[in-house]
Amino acid sequence: MAAVQQTSEQVLELERYKHGFITDIDQEFAPKGLSEDTVRFISAKKGEPDWMLDWRLEAYRRWLALDEPDWARVNFPKIDYQDAYYYAAPKDKVGPDSLDEVDPELLAVYEKLGIPLKEQEFLAGVKGSAKYAVDAVFDSVSVVTTFKKELAAVGVIFCSMSEAIREHPELVRQYLGSVVPVSDNYFACLNSAVFSDGSFVYVPPGVRCPMELSTYFRINAAESGQFERTLIIADKAAYVSYLEGCTAPMRDENQLHAAVVELVLLDDAEIKYSTVQNWYPGDKDGKGGIYNFVTKRADCRGDRSKVSWTQVETGSAITWKYPSCVLRGEGSSGEFYSIAITNNHQQADTGTKMIHLGANTRSRIIAKGISAGHSTSTYRGLVSAHPKAKGARNFTQCDSLLIGKSCAAHTTPYIEARNASAKFEHEATTTRLSDDQLFYAMQRGLSQEEAVQLLVNGFVKDVLQELPMEFAVEAQKLVAISLEGSVG
Amino acid sequence: MLSIKNLSVSVESKAILSGLSLEVPAGEVHAIMGPNGAGKSTLSYTLAGKPGYEVTGGSATLDGVDLLSLDPSARAAQGVFLSFQYPLEIPGVPAITFLRTAMNAQRKARGETDISAPDFLRLVRAKAAALKMDFDMLKRALNVGFSGGEKKRMEILQMSVLSPRLAILDETDSGLDIDALRIVSEGVNALRASDRSMLVITHYQRLLDYIRPDRVHVLSAGRIVASGGPELALELEAEGYDKYVRAAA
Repeated sequence: MAAVQQTSEQVLELERYKHGFITDIDQEFAPKGLSEDTVRFISAKKGEPDWMLDWRLEAYRRWLALDEPDWARVNFPKIDYQDAYYYAAPKDKVGPDSLDEVDPELLAVYEKLGIPLKEQEFLAGVKGSAKYAVDAVFDSVSVVTTFKKELAAVGVIFCSMSEAIREHPELVRQYLGSVVPVSDNYFACLNSAVFSDGSFVYVPPGVRCPMELSTYFRINAAESGQFERTLIIADKAAYVSYLEGCTAPMRDENQLHAAVVELVLLDDAEIKYSTVQNWYPGDKDGKGGIYNFVTKRADCRGDRSKVSWTQVETGSAITWKYPSCVLRGEGSSGEFYSIAITNNHQQADTGTKMIHLGANTRSRIIAKGISAGHSTSTYRGLVSAHPKAKGARNFTQCDSLLIGKSCAAHTTPYIEARNASAKFEHEATTTRLSDDQLFYAMQRGLSQEEAVQLLVNGFVKDVLQELPMEFAVEAQKLVAISLEGSVG
Repeated sequence: MLSIKNLSVSVESKAILSGLSLEVPAGEVHAIMGPNGAGKSTLSYTLAGKPGYEVTGGSATLDGVDLLSLDPSARAAQGVFLSFQYPLEIPGVPAITFLRTAMNAQRKARGETDISAPDFLRLVRAKAAALKMDFDMLKRALNVGFSGGEKKRMEILQMSVLSPRLAILDETDSGLDIDALRIVSEGVNALRASDRSMLVITHYQRLLDYIRPDRVHVLSAGRIVASGGPELALELEAEGYDKYVRAAA
């Protein structure tokens, strides 16, 4: 009887995380562990120029002198950085010129994940379905980028970071590390030394990118980390909307994902950056799962530039992530919309930083945290106005929803106003999903699961509506799946 | 037909209903009156299946189906509707979305297909108009920022859209001004039907001026202590509950 129950629970668990499969594919690894040799190995694999290798080595040396941060409200055993692979790539030829050259096995993986890589599927697609270009990153390398030609026709560069280093060194040298400096923090520094791939976007002046761009990150190899690097540059009056998604197989060990994302905005530019993060969260007892330690920052250098971060964080065993906006340009604005869901034993310490440097800069933060099971969710945010940021304005709303009695939610807002004309508003609420509301919905005919879904969707609505349409639907489903079995 | 036999219910180990029996045939409206603390709300919550209301004896069936063994959503699918004394606020969920989700959940439970969006809208528009409700109100988050009267009207709208076989109205008159009371009562009267049993729970006779019950029952100390025609309500209004409270003690 116990065995039957255990099996059915395991099946349920499988059902819950649908992306947990492992693909058996020939892969090439760097020797295990981290040293200057590892850095040189990665750089050589990618055929990088000397300036890039020097940049990496400099980062590695600085990293050795740094300590892991310990201020976040997360707990995990000490990471042994020597006990992991820093490079894993499918053995096949990397960077194929067309889809026909991509290993069919890899294409099958993305098909299974529901990521359309075949351009003709869009071209022949249903009328009205939006087109979006995809860069697919599998472990350490980008396997394919779609719609490059169509994008190039309007001057938009969308390619893997490796390709950008080879093909557009002047842009990479000018901007890489200019938003998140090499030694910004422990994990960003590590990333700078060993990053393997990621996406690069450049939108030239006055161009509105004709389609959504997206990168789909997949960790497949065991005992490996993923260190991707994304750089997006929106030149004067350019616009781009970008989305990233992430999944990983279910494995009992923890895997490290330490990414860096840099956004650069010149005068009147606008970037909308959305994330649906669904890394493997570990099982219901807290075993396994991804450590998601990520640095994301946007630099609004240009006047009147505008950046918007939207994130739906449902995966990962531990999330440590604060997508930030440096509002340097006069009249620039930053937005942060976040849904962070933790269930079982997940831990999330996430939020944003709005750094107001320029005059009349504005920012808006809407953060919704949902905790269930034995999980912990912390909103950590900083809003600061520097002396020159006359007339800076911020509105912050942080709401926490607790489901069940064993979870916790914390809100840690830091507010610094160094000039008298700044206006900051902060609202925060914490509520428990009420039994009375559940009963009310169930009395009308909703099952318990449906009632929880409906109430939670109501709670996160302000943020969901910021996501591009197709992904809002996806995110809504994800929210429901993440909270399955959290009541009763 | 609703049939309750010898029902006993405890809340936090305290007996609230003790041996309550009641039959409400289809097509009839019965009023339950009684002093505060008699167990009126306990009766409505128990029939709807609210957690924490522990049935210690007796039975309750709707058209022969044992209600007490079903969870609240299954009871709803069987046709049980409770108009709440204090309707809950559901932030972020438009009333129309809530209602459609509820309707389709019930249909699914009964093995029916979802109602189409145009059919649903047509239905809701008609019912809202009958209750003199502005359709825009349905686009707002359910009950959030609604006045007491608006909340009650929304309950009656839900009831008329979901078309239950057993409608329980728990203190529907509380918090209503006289105009709202009239509109709500008209809405309820419009729902009288040959295949529907209605149980109107109220503390005051006032509501029964508008909703004429077929039978009136007096609930005191957890059981029905007197039953009669509409004239019983008038007598209670004039003489109070004292006589029955003493009789039950």
